This record gives sequence, C-alpha cells and structure tokens, in this order.
Amino acid sequence: MKNKSPRLSAVKVGRAEVEELLFHEAALLDDWRLDDWLGLLTDDARYEVPSNDRPEADPASTLFTIADDINRIRGRITRLKDKNAHAEFPRSRTRRLISNVRIVGRSGAELQVEANFVVYRFKRDENVREYVGRYKYVLRLERGGLKIARRRAVLDAMELGSMGLVSFVL
Amino acid sequence: MNERALVLNEADSFRVSRATLVDAEILELERRRVFDACWIYVGHESEVRAPGDFRTRNVCGRPVIFCRDSGNSVRVFLNTCRHRGAMVCRETEGNAKIHTCFYHGWSYDRDGRLDGVPGEKDYPPSFQKSDYGLMQPPRVESYRGFVFLNFDPQAVALTEYLAGAKEYIDLVIDQSPSGEMEVIQGTQDYDIRANWKLLVENSFDDYHLLTTHSTWLDYLKNAGVKMQRPDRDHLLPSHGVGKALGNGHATTDNVNFRGRPVAKWIPVYGDAAKPEIERARAELVARLGEARAARVADTNRNLIVFPNLLLADGSSVTIRTFYPVAPDRMRVRAWVLGPREETPAARAIRLDAFLTFYGPGGLATPDDVEALEAVQAGIAATHREVPWSVMSRGMAKGGDQLNSDEAHLRAFWLQWDKLMRDERRAAP
Repeated sequence: MKNKSPRLSAVKVGRAEVEELLFHEAALLDDWRLDDWLGLLTDDARYEVPSNDRPEADPASTLFTIADDINRIRGRITRLKDKNAHAEFPRSRTRRLISNVRIVGRSGAELQVEANFVVYRFKRDENVREYVGRYKYVLRLERGGLKIARRRAVLDAMELGSMGLVSFVL
Repeated sequence: MNERALVLNEADSFRVSRATLVDAEILELERRRVFDACWIYVGHESEVRAPGDFRTRNVCGRPVIFCRDSGNSVRVFLNTCRHRGAMVCRETEGNAKIHTCFYHGWSYDRDGRLDGVPGEKDYPPSFQKSDYGLMQPPRVESYRGFVFLNFDPQAVALTEYLAGAKEYIDLVIDQSPSGEMEVIQGTQDYDIRANWKLLVENSFDDYHLLTTHSTWLDYLKNAGVKMQRPDRDHLLPSHGVGKALGNGHATTDNVNFRGRPVAKWIPVYGDAAKPEIERARAELVARLGEARAARVADTNRNLIVFPNLLLADGSSVTIRTFYPVAPDRMRVRAWVLGPREETPAARAIRLDAFLTFYGPGGLATPDDVEALEAVQAGIAATHREVPWSVMSRGMAKGGDQLNSDEAHLRAFWLQWDKLMRDERRAAP
C-alpha cells in the first residue's frame, strides 16, 4: 500500500471536498443506501445524538439519545434493513438540506467540520416532522480518501417533543 | 359515570373498552379521578442536591417548581405568581436564592415565602405578605429518594399507597453500596401519538417481546448473547412472572437473560467491562449475601407504580413517566438512575447498556412507539364497530401468571376502573 503523508493531504483538503462528502452522505441516507453509507465510515467511527437538554455533554457520563460505537452502528444498520424494524417499515422518506459547512479545525490526518442541517421526515399520512440542528464531524484521511470518524447530530429543539423518534439515521 | 361499562371482568374473559383510549370526556374524568386522586411522581431527590437547586416540570398538567429549600428539604411549589398568575420561574433548571416574577416584580425566597413586593406601601393595611407565599400541592412525600405529590388532601400516606411496590423499589436501591441512587444527567423527552394507558400496558407487557422486538433480539444474538430457545411452556427466553402488587401497581419479575450493569455481564458490554462488572458482583455478595445478591443482579423487573411511573430495572435502570396531552397523545420523560458512588467506567457501561434498548433512538423503544401509534390509528375511528380489546391471557389457569400473560395489565385496568367509578369525585 502506498503510504501518502496524511498530514500533507489533510492540509490540502478544502471546503469543496468536505461538502462533496457531506452531500454524498446525505444522498445515500435519503436513498436508504445504508451499506454504501457504512462504507463512508472509519472502523472506529462513532455516531451520536445528545439529549436535547445536554447538547455538549459526554456520553460516558450523560444520557444521550444515540451514542453508537462502530459495532452498534453496524447493528443499527442490520436492524434498519430488516422489515421487522417496525418503526421504519414502511420506511419513512427523508430529505436532508446541509449548509453552512465550515472546517473549524485540523489536526494531523483529521479535520473538524461543522454544518447546519434540516431533515424533513415523512411517514404514513402524517404531517412533516422537521429535525433542525448542527452536525459536528471528525473526518479523517485514510488511504488518500476522506472518511467519517465521528458524526454528532445536535438538535436545536429544547426537547424531542413532536419529533418523537430518531429511528432513522439522522 | 354513566351506565356504560368500560372494563368487563368475567370468569374467563377480560375486556377493555376502546373508548377509554379515544374519548375526550373520559380523559377529563381521568384527570380528576385518577391523576388528582393518586400519588404522582415528581422527581428524584438527587436532581436537586443543594439548597436553592430547582427544576421546573409539568406534573398532572400543573407547572411546578421542584426544589430544595434553605433547610435542605425537598419542596414542590405551583409555578404561578400569587399576584396575577404568571409562571414565576421560566428556566428549566438552576440554583436561585430568590425567584422573581418578571411581570410586576414580586419575588419569592427558596422556601416559597413572598419576599419582595414593589410599591408594597400602596396595598391596603389588610395585605400581608405572609398570606401570599407560593402555593404547594396538598401533599408531597417521598420514598427512598422518589418524590411524589398528591392533589387529594385526604389521600393515604405514600408508603401505604405504594403497597407491594416498595419491595421492588428496594431491589433497585440495593444496587447502590451506599443505598443512594442518583439520576444521571440527560433527559429523554418525546411525544407518542397514542393514549397514555397504552404505554402503561406496553411498559411491562412481555407478550410482545418476540414479535415487536425481533430485531433487538437478533442484535443481542449477533453480539454473542446466549439465549435459550423457549421451552413449550414459555414464549420467552427465560422464566418470568407477572404480579399485581396492590392499588393498581404491578410488575414483571424475570430471570435475566439480557445482561445487567449491576453484576451480570453479556458480550455486548465488551471484554473490557468484565472486571468492572465482576467487582460490582463481589461487592453485592459481600454486602447482601449470595441469595439477595442473586435476587438483585440475576432477575429483572419492570414495575408500574400506578398510574404513570415505570421503573424498568433491566439493562440499566430507567425512570419513565408520561402524561396525557390529549386522548391520542402523550408526553414521555425518561431518565437513567445509577448508584451515586459508581465509578466512571461502570457508569459508562450503564449508559451504553441503556441505549441498546431504550429511548427514541434505541434499538427497541422506537418499535414500541410504532406499535402504540398503530393501535391508536387502528382504533380511533373504529371503536364503535370494534368496541373491545381482549386482555384475558393467563386467566382461569392455575399457578404463576407468566410475564407473557396479562394479569399485571389487568391489575392496572381494574384499579383504573375502580377510581373512574368513584362517584365522590365530581365529573369536570
């Protein structure tokens, strides 16, 4: 395997490349191409949704809505592909709008990225449910490609309230 | 109450009217005859540790301030200014010496006394500040850290009300070496588009486990958790019973197969967690003896304290309470409870174990929510043509009522029916 210098490459990555990855991810999730989405993650990836009343906390000491390591992410995807994941069968339809993408930090092969999101979710004959918030990513250059090492979706709402569930990948 | 029966309890048949889940008049009557007649959970003492600590919540439809006063006692005040009614405290939590209503500036101290009134000299001589402290619910009492209120001044004492539920609360508290459990920060707060009583049923109905939660069971199996195939007498991987505990309280009481952060390791926790859980086990045995330690660690239970508090002591300890917002909508709040002296590593295991099953992003709760919403959607417009739901599993059978039977659900409904028929409480 060629060993490119990750430090040099990470410095070169700009917003266009980051946006490309985030928009691609959004398209995969909206299309329910969940195995392809798993391919965007590092082998130690984490996916987190903090509780609405502790948006900045640590899942080791605080109750979250979702705090998955890579094993539970994979288990979650196995489940979501099963028709017996009743909360998502029939699947809800989602449409994600990602904007205000910023690279807020760089360290070694990693980039810290933030972006705003609105995810519209439609289910049965219900009115739309809107999930509004901010993503906090850690992206890592691996083998010349940009991968997702951590994604935290921080919801702006004071409580989940009428959003109800986060049963799809937010 | 009119002549219409809502719960039909016969020798070998138990039916519940679906009108109880959709009718707005029934909800109004419930507010008076159930919620205003029972001990209702407010919060846990650990949530307000120091004098002045407060949290605002909605309990029985009333905005309340749950707080600790200057004498270190836990108090509950109705969050409405004695002057013209504005909510005095509009923050969700914090610490304050004084709560000031911003509208005209009336202020109250930590003990609820009216402290300051701008332009007090212009009130007539009969006006006494001591008459205008924050109002309290008629009764506030606690049991082992769990604080309840009651809007009925004549209610029996909380400890009497809890009846057989106390034994199961004690099993939760025994997990802590110091006898002190605490609520861990972070609140799960979500709505379900269904009648609140459907969540009572669901919270300890083990009949639905294999069908509703097959993907969760698959997840455990894939992670290496050994589950015995059920024998011919059981639907579930382990033995369990359902029990009525008096006054409408009821519980499941099961041999654990799913792992517990209190001293029952499963592969989902990872090898790194093994020593921590072994230490917890050794501590339990040293403190409680083998038998009681096994009772605490190797059995799990979902306890309903009538009418709307669940203590789910399974793959973590959940406190869950829920209120009707409308006949077809409820607001749910859930927290995690853990031993106060728990190490950071043990706490991380507890929180991680919780999320595998529970909550709006868990691998199981969302399917419960979907089931409840499917029930509500199914019955909303059909309850006149299809008026009854069936709840007779286990009836007319000798021996234990299994956790997959419905004796514990029936216990809830019988108490609910008894209270709803109580003519002494006026209809709204």
